[in-house]
Amino acid sequence: MKRFIATLAALAALATPALAAPGETHAPQEYTWSWEGPFGTFDDRQLQRGFQVYQEVCASCHSMDLLSFRNLGQPGGPFEFLPDPEHEGELITFANPNDNPVVMDIASRYTYTEIDLETGEEMERQGIPADRFPNPYANDAQAAASNGGAAPPDFSVIVKARPGGAEYIRSLLLGYDYEVPEDVTLLPGQHYNPYFPGGVLAMGPQLFDGAVSYADDTPQTAEQYAADVAAFLAWASEPHMEQRKRMGLGVMIFLLIFAVLMWLAYRQVWANVKH
Amino acid sequence: MSHQSTYEPKTGIEKWLDSRLPIVRLGYDSFVDFPTPRNLNYWYTFGGILAVFLVIQILSGVVLAMHYVPHVDHAFDSVERIRRDVNYGWLIQSMHANGASFFFVAVYLHMFRGLYYGSYKAPREVLWIIGVVIYLLMMAAAFMGYVLPWGQMSYWGATVITNLVGALPVVGEGIREWLWGDFAVGNATLNRFFSLHYLIPFLIAGLVILHIWALHVPGNNNPTGVEVKGKGDTLPFHPYYTVKDGFAIVVFLMIFAGFVFYLPSVLGHADNSIEANPLVTPAHIVPEWYFLPFYAILRAVTFDIGPISAKLGGVLAMFGAIGVLFVLPWLDRSPVKSMRYRPIAKWCFLIFVIACLGLGWCGAENPDNLVFEFGGIGMPFVVLSQILTAYYFAYFLVILPVLGFVEKPKERPESIEASVLGSSPAAAPAE
Repeated sequence: MKRFIATLAALAALATPALAAPGETHAPQEYTWSWEGPFGTFDDRQLQRGFQVYQEVCASCHSMDLLSFRNLGQPGGPFEFLPDPEHEGELITFANPNDNPVVMDIASRYTYTEIDLETGEEMERQGIPADRFPNPYANDAQAAASNGGAAPPDFSVIVKARPGGAEYIRSLLLGYDYEVPEDVTLLPGQHYNPYFPGGVLAMGPQLFDGAVSYADDTPQTAEQYAADVAAFLAWASEPHMEQRKRMGLGVMIFLLIFAVLMWLAYRQVWANVKH
Repeated sequence: MSHQSTYEPKTGIEKWLDSRLPIVRLGYDSFVDFPTPRNLNYWYTFGGILAVFLVIQILSGVVLAMHYVPHVDHAFDSVERIRRDVNYGWLIQSMHANGASFFFVAVYLHMFRGLYYGSYKAPREVLWIIGVVIYLLMMAAAFMGYVLPWGQMSYWGATVITNLVGALPVVGEGIREWLWGDFAVGNATLNRFFSLHYLIPFLIAGLVILHIWALHVPGNNNPTGVEVKGKGDTLPFHPYYTVKDGFAIVVFLMIFAGFVFYLPSVLGHADNSIEANPLVTPAHIVPEWYFLPFYAILRAVTFDIGPISAKLGGVLAMFGAIGVLFVLPWLDRSPVKSMRYRPIAKWCFLIFVIACLGLGWCGAENPDNLVFEFGGIGMPFVVLSQILTAYYFAYFLVILPVLGFVEKPKERPESIEASVLGSSPAAAPAE
């Protein structure tokens, strides 16, 4: 079987046939994100809302195995800064995200089953910030069996793993209102979405106006949910993006000054030499 | 070294060391006082840039290897863990992944420079051949390095490329299984690729020493292609070329940093952020950009040639495209090195560069897609890659050998010094 697959792959590479996709796959809709450009940063409030949408809607099927609760409170994360309970209007932060009360609270709402090392009995305990996000399924086989044969993809690096990134995620989530083309036949449990490669997927529309209750006065619309959760997933795919851009600025300035000095040194050294 | 050593040990320790291991003398003669043609332009700075990138790749790679887990169940997650939890791991991983691309940018410019100025010709054939061996090892290191993150493109790229070996008659399948260590790309393959990926850079470093040795015996070629004739033609390497190379290195590092910090995944492929899955084939398997021209040559052979199947023919063409570089010094029959003075070869070279870029474009596209399309009518990419492949080989096997006999070169300067001063040699100071 393995050899058969390997041979198929080689053949596919040597004579790649055009994959006939029913219907036409749409390019993701353009959208302006807060983190675009060399100075763009994530909007903490948006990441918090996006995490809420993930928790309340997506997490029932999609795991995020690479994320721990502590990541939510680390520099650049959604809950890095919290309102200071003692001084109104000011923000506080925690050097160790494991001490972040919001992160501790989120983690504590999950229950983890473990074997007690003393007794060997199964026991339940509350989650702590060091715990990974719980996976909704015991393993891939269960995930696949519960979802018509295909396991829902893990969301840890989903924005990096899809051409179009966050724009693709947002477009896909909002892309269920298109008429099914004539050449597309939907089986029971399948849905048409022109942003999905091939147009046919098992996941139905998930976001509806008012489905998630935001604590603040942000519009509670499917559009808003889609943008927020796409932003959260973009952060999760690359949690150090803000640090990367910040350091990049310093490095670029350093190299620019270095280059100017090298150029001046070069002019000086070569000033009296014909070349 | 080819020139008289001018090193004079001054301090006691230098004198003591010089009579036991003259390593300071070696360094001085090679990188301080080494007589270098005074007319080297910025195309000659890529050797230094490549040395810097070899060091960047080795240093970042050694750190990555401290955290990477070469196992099919953990490799993908361990790379993500480096990016998330290792201190500055996101930076080191990005430098290493993008560094590979910039290494190839520099090596391609370095090679095109050698082709244009005839740096492969006598007495520099060995220098050139060592360079081609380094390039081959770079390709092997890059290919195996791309497998290590164990994403979908890692796995399927490895599957496709190792399967090429299976196209060889009789021994092919055996060699393929020997490479895999299994009956498919799997954990054994990942382990040995990791081992070899760590080994090869040190082989490259050794060959780089030979490359510099083979450079310093005949000395640098230069844009005129006229050999150094006297002291007036050269300048000491330091400070003249340390400062010029240094400037070029910093500018190149700026472009590199732009990618590392602002476009860290633009040179990668989205599918490689999906963990390898032997049961799901990506719709479109493509190698990294620096292999695309060879990938296009591989896929350009779509027809059997006598007993040679199309698949084997493609494999032979792909390896032949690099193999032909080994004999290039004996294919080019022209006594003139620099294409500045070769009016026909210059244009053929320019078309060759365009053909290489065009092959890269073909390699990225689906061969059945149409290129230059007007109203549904056009040429499939596979036909374009066949034309460009034909030109690639014709350049080495027909154009350069024939031009050596039929081309009338332009008048060359008497010496480097004369070309720099722009006057007749009689007016130049004898010095």
